[in-house]
Amino acid sequence: MAKRIDVSGLNAYYGSFRAIEDISMTVEPRSVTAFIGPSGCGKSTFLRTLNRMHEVTPGGRVEGKVMLDDENLYGAGVDPVSVRREVGMVFQRPNPFPTMSVYDNVAAGLRLNGSYKKAALDDIVEKSLKGANLWNEVKDRLNKPGSGLSGGQQQRLCIARAIAVEPNVLLMDEPCSALDPISTLAIEDLIGELKERFTIVIVTHNMQQAARVSDRTAFFNLAAVGQPGKLIEIDDTERIFSNPSVQATEDYISGRFG
Amino acid sequence: MSTTAINDKRPSSLQGERLPKWFPWALGAGSVAVSVGLCLATGIDSRIQWGLIAAILFVLGTFVIAGRVEGRRQAKDRIATSLVWVAFLLAVVPLASLIWATVERGTKVLDGYFLSHSMGVVADTEPGGGIYAAIIGTLEQVGIATLIAVPIGVLTAIYLVEYGRGNLARAVTFFVDVMTGIPSIVAGLFILSLLLMFDLGFSGFAGALALTILMMPVVVRSTEEMLKLVPNELREASFALGVPKWRTILKVVLPTAIGGITTGIMLAVARIAGETAPVLLLVFGNPFINNNPFEGAQSSLPLYIYQQFKNSAGEGAAYDRAWAAALTLIAFVMILNLAARGIARWKAPKTGR
Repeated sequence: MAKRIDVSGLNAYYGSFRAIEDISMTVEPRSVTAFIGPSGCGKSTFLRTLNRMHEVTPGGRVEGKVMLDDENLYGAGVDPVSVRREVGMVFQRPNPFPTMSVYDNVAAGLRLNGSYKKAALDDIVEKSLKGANLWNEVKDRLNKPGSGLSGGQQQRLCIARAIAVEPNVLLMDEPCSALDPISTLAIEDLIGELKERFTIVIVTHNMQQAARVSDRTAFFNLAAVGQPGKLIEIDDTERIFSNPSVQATEDYISGRFG
Repeated sequence: MSTTAINDKRPSSLQGERLPKWFPWALGAGSVAVSVGLCLATGIDSRIQWGLIAAILFVLGTFVIAGRVEGRRQAKDRIATSLVWVAFLLAVVPLASLIWATVERGTKVLDGYFLSHSMGVVADTEPGGGIYAAIIGTLEQVGIATLIAVPIGVLTAIYLVEYGRGNLARAVTFFVDVMTGIPSIVAGLFILSLLLMFDLGFSGFAGALALTILMMPVVVRSTEEMLKLVPNELREASFALGVPKWRTILKVVLPTAIGGITTGIMLAVARIAGETAPVLLLVFGNPFINNNPFEGAQSSLPLYIYQQFKNSAGEGAAYDRAWAAALTLIAFVMILNLAARGIARWKAPKTGR
């Protein structure tokens, strides 16, 4: 299931503006990799290049190679739609489909990609909701609208929706920034469980969160506003938070930045 | 001097003097009474002048009394509130009187017979006859126009919002804007010139084509606005699940916006249902029932109203029939509006638990 991501020489542009410059890194399967760094340094842009969501933005353009095991996501003839089936994504703000019930939200990825038998779908919905630690809270109201849940529940619903299509990699773009500490804890616990099955990449502004959930941490920075963001270093989370090899990382983590 | 002024305006406690709740109503009734009395005394007999004098008295009275009792800030608040109320009444009075006049004059001959029979050979001065042919004509012409305009309009809006980039999209937007401003008579003339060019006769279909021209930009505009309201996050969420763009639009974007789109379409239908000019040129009018919109002259409600009123000299049977048909048309449009509201409420994304 889980696959390794190997990025080399990746540049991403918005029109003529280069947002990230020459990034190379490896993301190990069955692990959690956290991206930290100041706002505007290109963490989210880089994350979105990993499932070809960057090019959905008008003017978005990518150069370089992203290998998913041995397939280049940006190779000739690669369909972005099938890339996104392999690499799922959870967004900053919970975004369940407002016209759909809890059940339909989880089933959306499968239903919209082809017809499934009702019984098989029931199983997958239950499994995904259990996987997202949401089943016990919503099993009695599967047919109620998904937007009636609380913020934390909605975010777990979105995670259930993402894992229902069984991707190889799960990208999370600040999944807890709109949530209270208790819901954050629930999602962090969930990330710990999900890494048994998926490769997880998470962008976060919360360094304690990066330290708590991730195995490896990447620090991004930018020289100045208007300059492209760069990967400063990537290492085991413990190393980054105790003894980073670059001074800028230490400054950022200890709050001496800027 | 200035210190005393400040002290005067600032009461020591937080509770200032307040006028009672019934004050605006009492003042309103009082100013109407004074205005009527004043006008009767001075011999002004225009009702509009009575109303305007009452409105001025109301606003001035509010300001003076509230300023005395409650202080300047409260008086300004009250005067703003009373201006809003006066503006509201000024806007509602014409609407209410229009409906009142239509109902009063329209109900004289409006009955089952009127709705289910046509004019046939009934003369203008004779009572009898009805609007069956006109109803059939309106339904068919508006129905055909809707069938053509809605798919084209909705698809154009989808193109503009979801796909359109660059020059083509800008050109389409520009021409939609231009089309919005086309006077209905010009749309009618355009189709008429086609009829003459190809040597075709009057028909309901020709009228429907002109109505289509008028309806399409309205549908494009309202659908475009509704699609723009769909949050981009929903599209991205769907893309991230590996759903192709066309399916995302079909299954996520359109269902989210369908309530608003339906409302927009219904309002566009209501708008073209009352169009007279192109129908006058292209459908011509017909006192007999013609169920075939593709051949021969038909009738339609606005055209029927126009013709009956024109032939009535302001009284008699034709005059009553014109008002009854007007009432029917208003009822038709109102039912469409209510249906649009119902659909919008029914289809709106649910937030309840």
